[in-house]
Amino acid sequence: MMGLTQFALHSTAAAWAMIPLTPPTASSIAESVDHLYYFLTGITVFFSVLIFSIIFYFMVKYRRRPGREFTPETHTSMFLELSWTIIPSLICVVIFVWSSALYVRNTRPPAKAREMFVIGKQWMWQIQHPEGPREIDALHVPVGEPVKLTMTSQDVIHGFYIPAFRVKKDVLPGRYTSVWFQADKTGTYHLFCSQYCGTNHSEMIGWVYVMSRNDYEAWLAAGEQSESLAQQGASLFKKLGCDSCHTGTASTTGPSLAGIYSKPERMADGSTRVVDDSFLRQAILTPSTIHVAGYPQIMPTFTGQVNEDQVMQLIAYVKSLGAQERTKGQ
Amino acid sequence: MSTTATIDQAPGASSEPQVNYLNARYGIKSWLLTLDHKRIGLLYLGTITVMFLVGGIAATMMRLNLIEPQGALVEPETYNKLFSTHGIVMVFFFLVPSIPATLGNFLIPLMIGARDVAFPKLNLLSWYVFVTGCCLMLYVVATGGVDTGWTFYTPYSSLSSHTDVFLAAMAVFIGGFSSILTGMNFVVTIHKMRAPGLTWFRLPLFIWAMYATSLIFVLATPVIAVTMFLLMLERLLHVGIFDPALGGDPLLFQHMFWFYSHPAVYIMILPSMGVISELITAFSRKRIFGYSFIAFSSLAIAVISFLVWGHHMFVAGESVYAGLVFSVLSFLVAIPSAVKVFNWTATLYKGSISYEAPMLYALGFIGLFTIGGLTGLFLAALATDVHLNGTYFVVAHFHYIMVGGAVMALMGGLHFWWPKITGRLYPDLWARFAALVIFIGFNLTFFPQFVLGYLGMPRRYAMYPAEFQALNVLSSAGASVLAVGYIIPLIYLGWSLRHGQIAGPNPWGAKGLEWTTQSPPLTENFLKTPIVTEDAYDYETAPEPEVVRA
Repeated sequence: MMGLTQFALHSTAAAWAMIPLTPPTASSIAESVDHLYYFLTGITVFFSVLIFSIIFYFMVKYRRRPGREFTPETHTSMFLELSWTIIPSLICVVIFVWSSALYVRNTRPPAKAREMFVIGKQWMWQIQHPEGPREIDALHVPVGEPVKLTMTSQDVIHGFYIPAFRVKKDVLPGRYTSVWFQADKTGTYHLFCSQYCGTNHSEMIGWVYVMSRNDYEAWLAAGEQSESLAQQGASLFKKLGCDSCHTGTASTTGPSLAGIYSKPERMADGSTRVVDDSFLRQAILTPSTIHVAGYPQIMPTFTGQVNEDQVMQLIAYVKSLGAQERTKGQ
Repeated sequence: MSTTATIDQAPGASSEPQVNYLNARYGIKSWLLTLDHKRIGLLYLGTITVMFLVGGIAATMMRLNLIEPQGALVEPETYNKLFSTHGIVMVFFFLVPSIPATLGNFLIPLMIGARDVAFPKLNLLSWYVFVTGCCLMLYVVATGGVDTGWTFYTPYSSLSSHTDVFLAAMAVFIGGFSSILTGMNFVVTIHKMRAPGLTWFRLPLFIWAMYATSLIFVLATPVIAVTMFLLMLERLLHVGIFDPALGGDPLLFQHMFWFYSHPAVYIMILPSMGVISELITAFSRKRIFGYSFIAFSSLAIAVISFLVWGHHMFVAGESVYAGLVFSVLSFLVAIPSAVKVFNWTATLYKGSISYEAPMLYALGFIGLFTIGGLTGLFLAALATDVHLNGTYFVVAHFHYIMVGGAVMALMGGLHFWWPKITGRLYPDLWARFAALVIFIGFNLTFFPQFVLGYLGMPRRYAMYPAEFQALNVLSSAGASVLAVGYIIPLIYLGWSLRHGQIAGPNPWGAKGLEWTTQSPPLTENFLKTPIVTEDAYDYETAPEPEVVRA
């Protein structure tokens, strides 16, 4: 009997040890999110305990007993009604302000972030590093450096989720969404698909490898891909004949692409749009929806001729033109 | 209420009333062609019980599968169909109609002193429409199932899934019309058929809750109908509304879906809140605390519920500003819910509280709903939602509301009005035991899922990393306790139909017009139209309970 009790105790303790209660924290924002999470947990525990204790106290104190005189009374109190409307409202205001400020801060990427591309497809994650390496269901990033991911899906909606970084963003077909993070602890962390995407949704998982800067550079150098994304884009640019219009001189049918990335561009309707990844993607795939001021709207669509990988190569190429232009200007 | 309603039988009588709605006519035809709201309520009860069993079996298989990280029972493909079946069946064919169509149908005319609902034929039609939807859904399940999840997100549902999404969407589409018909019927009934003297502020709070629910039925359900119709159109003709390759927008579907499905959450919880107001007062023998605050909070919830759908889409590609607006509105909807919880708690103050089974369910409801509601704050808050969205935290949160809230209230309501519905009492000891088992099983099942979600385990995973196993095993163990908890009432309630003690018209000594007529009531409900001269829950004048716990 003693042995059995001991065994039960031991196995309970062992089982308890097997239960993790907190996820790893490995990004610059993880702790700030956790602080809010713990605050909310505190609020939840406080009010649950408060209400449970009051109910339990009333249950015992006012239980029906033979002979207990009972005079039902107090069925309204403006003071109480106002208190339990206003106090929770104030608490909600605090939570809202806190969480919103944090959210706005957490979602805005810093200006100088290392950029990578992500393509989700049933059922794998494809990561494209601008330096050339491409990986499947794995993401290598350097520690302590902001990384911005531009993401799209080749088929259905996926969700890019790294619990240890507390970041998540849905990955949609037909448009770019982005997410950024700064890993602050080396190690290996889960990458999950968080939006149900079909049969092998639960196998659309991978690992994020956070490496020291040196290890990361070494890893990049060891990659098989010899050409950078921009170089691949440059040859594609020629192959598709883009350069016949976008020659780089102002007098032709297409605007020069040098230096346009991240700059505002005037549209024919008088508005301005900043040339970013989404803009370029739209310009390549559905040019009829973009009319740049001063140019005829004659660009053919490249939908069906280029896939999402190639669109990203072209964007990387256009971006690299911007870099050259800026260097020249300086 | 001191009304002139005839009590057809002396309190405590030991024989069943000679004629009642159950024995007035016999035969299958007398049920299938009945226009009696009480019989229609029972038809619904039978139907949703079947659907609950189907959804429950799917849930049981899911939990069994999740005992092992690699899946203990089925292939991922089957698992996906299981959770889709569970979700679609439980939401559209069990929870949405659960309290309104069963207890609502049975009680609204009785509570307002009417002979029937305003449109009895429409009422029967709505049951037939509902059954058509159910049969179609069961056909889909029997012929291979559907694997889109209950949310039917495009473009997976419209372009990618190889299952019969068309028929499943059609089932939801058809089922929706039954909600619309029931909602219209209730709104008109509550407006036009109240007994003399039964002013709006003398109505039982269950009626206020049903009124708010009916408004959502009428205003929100057409949107899900349109959404499902567009989805069917996509499946059939591929018109491209949700297909980015054809210039469509998959997010449009999510906006439309949640524009219905968030208010639908309140379709499921508002009636429960109405039930709880009745139970708390009856078993503490007191007026409700803050009647008008509870009544208006129901309407406030109904209105605000239409403005918060975007909180399902914080990480879906919604702009930061849209996120901020939907976040603040979502916090706003928390306030009237909190007001209700505080008022119920205050109702207990200086009451004369007894703990029959319905009261145990009611207290269980308050506890679980409180946790469900408070954990909603984590998801309304943008910064934490980013991490928790799409994880088991969400699963735990809405099960605390939907099961801990809505199903607990349905069980409580069923146990409370069972003597009225059937004229029989059930064994109270068994009933209290089952309530306890359900409470424990429920918490064991769903509490570990909050932790799983915070750890980052995504929902809808047929397989999962090994470090999540211990919590999943706990959850599955809880699910088996919960399943037992649901089977026990099925047995003793069934047993009580023949062998239960005769109940008498008002076994609990409760207030409300439904308790002034015989049990089971006459087909006509009341011999004479009752005249109401006092407020709801005037327990000073209530008769003594006949059921005294051993």
